Amino acid sequence: MDKIFFVMKRELGTYFNSPVAYIVVILFLVITGALFWLSFFQEISVVSMRGFFDQAPLFLAFFAPAVTMGLFATERRSGTLELLMTMPISNFQIVSGKFLAALVLLGVVFVMTLPYPYTLSVLGDLDWGAVAAGYVGLMLLGGAYAAIGLLASSFTRDQVVAILVAFSICFFLYLIDQLVSQPTGTMAQVVEYISTSYHFQNIARGVLDTRNVVYYLSVIGLCLVWTTLSIGARRW
Amino acid sequence: MTSESIVVEGLTRRYGDVVALRGLSFEVRPGEIVGFLGPNGAGKSTTMKILTGYLSATEGEARVAGLSVREDSEAVREKIGYLPENVPLYEEMIVHDYLRFVAEIRGVARARRSDRIMEVGRLTGLTHMLGRTISELSKGYRQRVGLAQAIIHEPEVLILDEPTTGLDPNQIVEIRDVIKSIGQEKTIIFSTHILQEVTAVCDRIIIINRGELVADGTLEELEDRMSELRPGLIVGFDGEAGGELREFLEALPGVTEVTEVTGRVASFLVIADDDEEVRKALIEAEAESPRGLVELRRAEASLEAIFRLFTADTEGEEATEEESAAAEHEHEEEEEEEKESADG
Repeated sequence: MDKIFFVMKRELGTYFNSPVAYIVVILFLVITGALFWLSFFQEISVVSMRGFFDQAPLFLAFFAPAVTMGLFATERRSGTLELLMTMPISNFQIVSGKFLAALVLLGVVFVMTLPYPYTLSVLGDLDWGAVAAGYVGLMLLGGAYAAIGLLASSFTRDQVVAILVAFSICFFLYLIDQLVSQPTGTMAQVVEYISTSYHFQNIARGVLDTRNVVYYLSVIGLCLVWTTLSIGARRW
Repeated sequence: MTSESIVVEGLTRRYGDVVALRGLSFEVRPGEIVGFLGPNGAGKSTTMKILTGYLSATEGEARVAGLSVREDSEAVREKIGYLPENVPLYEEMIVHDYLRFVAEIRGVARARRSDRIMEVGRLTGLTHMLGRTISELSKGYRQRVGLAQAIIHEPEVLILDEPTTGLDPNQIVEIRDVIKSIGQEKTIIFSTHILQEVTAVCDRIIIINRGELVADGTLEELEDRMSELRPGLIVGFDGEAGGELREFLEALPGVTEVTEVTGRVASFLVIADDDEEVRKALIEAEAESPRGLVELRRAEASLEAIFRLFTADTEGEEATEEESAAAEHEHEEEEEEEKESADG
């Protein structure tokens, strides 16, 4: 456990020592903020975070991979991964530490959006329960995208490749239920099951269903295990 | 349990069809400083990567401090310090923070971390650089940081992959001194193709070529073997070298080969079955010599000569396609890594 924490701490230090984290945080806040306040003034009678929670997943599909793109790619490129892997730490500990660092950074970004619901609550009667569920959903979705991004980062030495691959996967998973028009039968179930946005919509409505939570956790688990295997592939 | 620090038995490593190591075996005793020599692509880095648990051996067994690298990978990794080629470091970190991170991961007890950082800083001459960002450091200081991270947890065994490559002569001497002082209490195996380094630092030399052991012994032992294998006399004459001198030498009893060597005087390397016999014959025949004899000595078994002797096959026609491909593969990989680290 300690070692996971040490890896996370180092990654967070690296995030906040480089411009990447700040650019990602600011861009995310500017874009979601602009859209939020735009819809805020258009539908001033509606005291709800739905607009924000509807749009955030799309941006997250880009921002989460931006946060994770360098986690393994830069270490592969510089050779530091080799050194790290010859230290007494398991591959899964390395992966978990990096994943948690990305999650913490996303958490910080989400915390910085709290003024939006706060403003709404001053103006009217805001359903804080739904807002809380929405934020939990954002963390789960962010976690799933970050795990996908981490996996993509572990495949390559090139950050650009990492972000493009991860973004493509995230975007595909986000859009899949809309790509297939009028799905029916088994197809519909499959498409809905693998779609990140389908699960997110349920949560954003304020319904924290176990099925949705299990979906995100399994995406995260699968990607982290796969990442662990991916970085260990050279070992045995 | 074994008393050997490092045991390598029949190590074979293939990269796909390419064979980088073929049944390599050697042992290193505790406290020894071993120089690991070989041309590019000989399998030095591959061996070291297997010892550190980064790569797996296709066949064979490697043990460090009595523990199997395969079965007790994590326990082995606690006992070794490793400095990879090209010294990969987290460029954006401050030296002190980096060493702290390594101390944490390497399992140095919390209370001892600060002491250890100061201690390795002192040992590697980094004390005044602890507050610097790694990317600002010169190559020599980067190397010191690399050494510092490798010894921060007081490992039993140190594995250094070309620790002096790319340094200027002064830095090389400094890093060697650091290695020597660390080596007083630890087992060290380090690879190099700088031959003087081995004479300066090592107790023992292991030479490998194309994944196979070609020589193993102390410097003196290898020199002895060299003189057994290739006896030779350096004979120098007054004035310019000429055909009549060569003919004169070739006519001496027992001489099998005469080669001209460059020198201030007309010098020849004389190879014979029995050096002493030639020596006597030469002195007896001195009066008949076309020129005055000014030099007569045993040819030195320099490390370069040993190296060339033991690895001479590399360029020879004996090299099968597969083998040269193996050498090339590793070489390419090294180059690629070098290029990339230069880019980053």
